[in-house]
Amino acid sequence: MTTTVQQPEGAGTPEADVLLDVRGLKVHFPIKKGVIFDRTIGHVYAVDGIDLQIRRGETYGLVGESGCGKSTLGRAILQLESPTAGEVVFDGTDLASLKGEQLRRQRRHMQMVFQDPLGSLDPRQTVEQLLLEGMRAHGLTKDAQVARTRLTELLSAVGLPKNALSKYPHEFSGGQRQRVGIARALSVDPQLIVADEPVSALDVSVQAQVINLLEDLQEEFGLTYLVIAHDLAVVRHISDRIGVMYLGGLVEEAEGEDLYDEPLHPYTRALLSAVPVPDPVVEDSREQILLPGDLPSPANPPSGCRFHTRCPWRQPTRCEEERPELRVVQVDGVPASHRVACHWAEQIASGELGRHTVEVDDVTHPDEIHPEIDSSLGAKGVTDASA
Amino acid sequence: MTDRPGTSTYPSGEGEPLLSVRDLTVTFGRGAKAFRAVDAVSFDVRPGQTVGLVGESGCGKSVTSLAIMRLLPSRGNAVTGSVHFDGEDLLTLSDTQMRDRRGRDVAMIFQDPLSSLNPVVPLGVQVAEVLERHRGMNRGDAGRRAAELLDKVGIPDPTRRLKEYPHQLSGGMRQRALIAMALACEPRLLIADEPTTALDVTIQAQILALLKELVQESGTSLIMITHDLGVVAGLCDEVNVLYGGRIVERARRHDLFARPRHPYTGGLLASIPRLTEGKGRRLTPVPGSVADNIPWEGGCAFAPRCSSEIEVCRERTPELVPDHEGLGPDRLLRCHNPLESNPLDDAPSDEEVRA
Ligand SMILES: Nc1ncnc2c1ncn2[C@@H]1O[C@H](COP(=O)(O)OP(=O)(O)OP(=O)(O)O)[C@@H](O)[C@H]1O
Ligand SMILES: Nc1ncnc2c1ncn2[C@@H]1O[C@H](COP(=O)(O)OP(=O)(O)OP(=O)(O)O)[C@@H](O)[C@H]1O
Ligand code: SF4
Ligand code: SF4
Ligand SMILES: [Mg+2]
Ligand SMILES: [Mg+2]
Repeated sequence: MTTTVQQPEGAGTPEADVLLDVRGLKVHFPIKKGVIFDRTIGHVYAVDGIDLQIRRGETYGLVGESGCGKSTLGRAILQLESPTAGEVVFDGTDLASLKGEQLRRQRRHMQMVFQDPLGSLDPRQTVEQLLLEGMRAHGLTKDAQVARTRLTELLSAVGLPKNALSKYPHEFSGGQRQRVGIARALSVDPQLIVADEPVSALDVSVQAQVINLLEDLQEEFGLTYLVIAHDLAVVRHISDRIGVMYLGGLVEEAEGEDLYDEPLHPYTRALLSAVPVPDPVVEDSREQILLPGDLPSPANPPSGCRFHTRCPWRQPTRCEEERPELRVVQVDGVPASHRVACHWAEQIASGELGRHTVEVDDVTHPDEIHPEIDSSLGAKGVTDASA
Repeated sequence: MTDRPGTSTYPSGEGEPLLSVRDLTVTFGRGAKAFRAVDAVSFDVRPGQTVGLVGESGCGKSVTSLAIMRLLPSRGNAVTGSVHFDGEDLLTLSDTQMRDRRGRDVAMIFQDPLSSLNPVVPLGVQVAEVLERHRGMNRGDAGRRAAELLDKVGIPDPTRRLKEYPHQLSGGMRQRALIAMALACEPRLLIADEPTTALDVTIQAQILALLKELVQESGTSLIMITHDLGVVAGLCDEVNVLYGGRIVERARRHDLFARPRHPYTGGLLASIPRLTEGKGRRLTPVPGSVADNIPWEGGCAFAPRCSSEIEVCRERTPELVPDHEGLGPDRLLRCHNPLESNPLDDAPSDEEVRA
């Protein structure tokens, strides 16, 4: 199978058919304190200024470490989280301008697949009820015969046996449950699917089944995907373009191949070098860029470049003061679709600036830690607020 | 038994085994409901050696390690076989004797550091307590040593951190603190059960580098439990692949990845996406799930998912026996119809797929 057929050409050109256009998106969660009167004592800058375009029929992969705001971004795109600032334009419509019924109708075109299929499926509903529920909400069950046919088609599309309809979620294995979750998302015939860690809860031997399924369905139904995952190999496998997030912002964006062949942002370089590769020959020879310390708290992000507290290329000027914008760089062989948010990307790429050691101390101050938000920093998946 | 590797020289880890696990079997429940989570598992760990236990969820990795540490619940399970540590069978020790060994000779690190730390006791006190209990240090010395240990595992500003509670630390820090506690008594064997599974990749890289360094520096033996073949590839001298409670393949690290022989091992390797590979290659999943397994009695549990299945596979249980010498020393394999070539070799390359 080739999945390259439908991929739009001319990456980065504004003429390409943009389905989802995110501009200056911010989601800040207030941190409250007080028993009777809630005082806002600060904010978690979960998503802090993101521009992102996804073209019709493509797969956009979003990677980054735990707590960097991936899920919040996905939820804000689907209007499950109200943005503090910025806009989300879907198929030409600014979603913020839609109210009640209109928004509900628009939702049909944007569906979500969650990491934990069991947690996101109502345990008391059979697969048939689960699938019909969404279809009914969007008026797709008026003709019982048509609805029946649709159910059968859905099951075979996601590779579940027919008798699955009368079963409950707990009667399936993890991989099968994820198929149910995908069938439910598909049931309303959406254009965009936001898949938040769709395979990370699955066994290695089963992950590939679901990845293949997602690819097949994309081809069959012309779907557009935003795939959120922390596994960089999975993301590379499935994505046309990839965005790397760090502390609420995109630090690099490129076509998959470009990103992995020539990562330009120091964080992306470190991230890629840190992934253990299932090949001892590679493992024995690869050079790792070990980052010091932990992810700083998103409630108190570092000034300037947010990565400066851990960056092995940090420079005495600019890094601590100016927040770098995502920009096209002037490096030989790097296309305009490859953008990076680093002041020194050119000098780092040319080797003019070298790597140095970073003092680890005080990456996180204990008094800045709000246990209720930060207790899971550095631990992935825990902050997941699956709806 | 055929388990004992003969006159082998390990790149690291030589001499008599430090730990010798034989026919370890753990059965939960009884009668008709009895379920063997670990089924006659045997392996050795030599001084300084890192041995991997790899397999998917539910294959018995954690139960194996808990049985070795005697940390399984006291009711509802039966453990048979033997676990010789330095010549002494841990399974026959009294609870008090075992408690003394734990921490001093054998230590364990768990996947979820938070649940293994006491939430209401400052970190420093927890580390110092281990030292007081097992090494007989006084408060003052233990405190100083605790600070040294935190420093050693890369926790910045250790004196301040000692006063903090576990929830004030990030996940990576907590795992470091646990490693510090596990190492406090300079154990000869460390069992790490998915120590980095809950961590981010950059933090995982820090922890793995730390473990590798500590093991090399101190000659500690390590049992590394993981489902991540990448972690195995970088760390383990010898790898045991588990499926349905049994070892199905054992080989040294390079041999295993170069020539997987068991269809399950081959299937796993063929099913994972590669960081070095662009979009395009169709993944080859292992069909079905562990829910499809048949019982080991009278057949191969993996048969319903196996693409190499032959008739005998559902008639006779394959035994774990030595494999071809030519594919690397000390290989063991449990399969009636092993792979003759590496499934990755004939996976179509990117070019071929696009053509
Ligand atoms: N409803 C909320 N209220 C307050 N803070 C929140 C809320 N939801 C998320 N956060 C915080 O916002 C930050 C970003 O969280 P988010 O779940 O988007 O991260 P993520 O990148 O998806 O991480 P993971 O990989 O762990 O799923 C985290 O610090 C999180 O604790
Ligand atoms: N206390 C218990 N009572 C009954 N069954 C148990 C108990 N603990 C574990 N099991 C079962 O034993 C089998 C092996 O479990 P184990 O925890 O060793 O798996 P694992 O290989 O560590 O998996 P994971 O990768 O999910 O941690 C599983 O089927 C599990 O359900
Ligand atoms: S801007 Fe400075 S601190 Fe940020 S990534 Fe670039 S070099 Fe590092
Ligand atoms: S014994 Fe048979 S079914 Fe089992 S792994 Fe080998 S070939 Fe497959
Ligand atoms: Mg998330
Ligand atoms: Mg386990």
